[in-house]
Amino acid sequence: MPRTLRSVLLHGVLLVAAILAASPLLWMISASFMAPGEANTSPPPLLPSHPTLEHYRVLFTSLSLGRYFVNSLIISVGGTLLGVSITAMAGYSFAKLRFTGRTSVFRVLLGGMVVPGQVAMLPMFLLLRELGLINTLFGAMIPVLAPIYGIFLVRQYSLSIPDDLLDAARLDGAGEWLIFRRIVLPGITPVLATLGVFTFLSAWNDFMWPLIVLSDDRHYTLPVALANLAGEHVQDVELMMGGAVVTVLPVFVAFLFLQRYYIQGIMAGSVKG
Amino acid sequence: MSRNDRETVAGWAFVTPALALITVFFAIPVLGAFVLSFTDFDLYSIADPASTRFIGLKNYHDLFASPLFWTALRNTSLFVIVGGPLSVLTSLGAALLVNGKLVRFKPFFRSAFFAPWVTTLVAVALVWRYIYHPQYGPLNAALSTLGVAPIDWLGNPRWAMPAIILLSVWKNFGYNMLVFLAGLQSIPEELYEAAALDGAGAWHRLRHITLPMLGPTFIFVGVVTMIASFQIFSEPYVMTAGGPLKSTLTLVLFMYEEGFRWWRLGYAASIAVVLCLLTLAGTLIQLRLRREPG
Repeated sequence: MPRTLRSVLLHGVLLVAAILAASPLLWMISASFMAPGEANTSPPPLLPSHPTLEHYRVLFTSLSLGRYFVNSLIISVGGTLLGVSITAMAGYSFAKLRFTGRTSVFRVLLGGMVVPGQVAMLPMFLLLRELGLINTLFGAMIPVLAPIYGIFLVRQYSLSIPDDLLDAARLDGAGEWLIFRRIVLPGITPVLATLGVFTFLSAWNDFMWPLIVLSDDRHYTLPVALANLAGEHVQDVELMMGGAVVTVLPVFVAFLFLQRYYIQGIMAGSVKG
Repeated sequence: MSRNDRETVAGWAFVTPALALITVFFAIPVLGAFVLSFTDFDLYSIADPASTRFIGLKNYHDLFASPLFWTALRNTSLFVIVGGPLSVLTSLGAALLVNGKLVRFKPFFRSAFFAPWVTTLVAVALVWRYIYHPQYGPLNAALSTLGVAPIDWLGNPRWAMPAIILLSVWKNFGYNMLVFLAGLQSIPEELYEAAALDGAGAWHRLRHITLPMLGPTFIFVGVVTMIASFQIFSEPYVMTAGGPLKSTLTLVLFMYEEGFRWWRLGYAASIAVVLCLLTLAGTLIQLRLRREPG
């Protein structure tokens, strides 16, 4: 087959696949602007005949999606800031500080990665009940505060910090905390950015744990509120699509601006790991 | 203080916050799940924990005698055994396509395929619930142009799990595609050049260079995908609530319902333990299989 024909065919296949992959998301946006009932016609319309913002108005007024948006934002941003700080310290320490017990502790941690998080959820719920953390935004943040894969990711990256640099600072009399703040943190910023976008994403998209720990609807996150609404508004496709857009939009915008961190993170973490 | 002492103190100080959180909110609860599974902890125990008793293996006995458990296990296995490989193959296919030498606009295609992975599952599950709508859904509309009669995707016990698998493949293949792309890019170009000199065709190069060189990537992708697949919960929760006729009831959904709907936490913990052991066994089998030359 001539090269040009092959190239055209290849790009044709890629383009069709890309359209197929994107179509559910594009249609979600389109349907959120349709008049009530418009999506439930046959054949399904691709674009709204008379675009309306009515569903977004309803979502943010009578269905108080704004409150859930703020809850999700607090959990995701707070969880990310705390989680990245805690993970950065641990990951650096496992890579560069020679402390007794380091290897065995790290090995146990790695072993923990194969245990599904759900296994812990029943006792976690009881524990948080004792601690008075049920129905709190902090309770919903807990799974992202010290992700083991994050510690692993930061450790792998920190291994490349030259020991000479740290030793020179020690000779100059710098304390370990100062060394971490002034030398290590600036050096590992790229991996922290990657970890940050992943943590934000998993906190924002998490469903099962917030569903368990937040039973009071004032504390719902967007995914929990959306699943709840979907049960009550089975027929209101357009309204639900509006809710879906509001839920997906922040992570999607974050992805568009920060995609190199996602892509580098996945590609680097998996190969070295 | 000697240098070693100083590093030990600092080292432990730096890992303590993370280790404390992992111990309190992960390690102890995981062990707790094992303990809980030997008790009759239920709604009454929540009000009065002292009324909880150790009942040995009764929960496991009841679990293995329950048809619901075997249904959930079968559905979860179907998802793991069919959905997992399907997802990995889709990822590999996408990676090979995007990585093609002739391809232009690579970052565009890469991002388009990766986009579904960043979306919120609950939100896109609602979109797919509509795509699968028997009367108005785009999928049946598309199939009808090929002469296929309308299928009640989520309402038919035969099609509900395949429908969930399809959604899940769409949602997740972008992640593994990136992992495969990284693997593909680490294969030395010389291998292909040498093969081309020997007159090896595209299929031959794929079969004898690309796939063997991707070995370690396959292990990583296989294990990660399998662990994630065993945990499937949100898709059936949002789209079918485990129905119709329990055809999409998964182990984690079963655990959630027993534990947090009926508050039979002891019984639910035995499901959690089974899930944990299955995941471990699956991981070990994959690692062992891949270690053998083949």
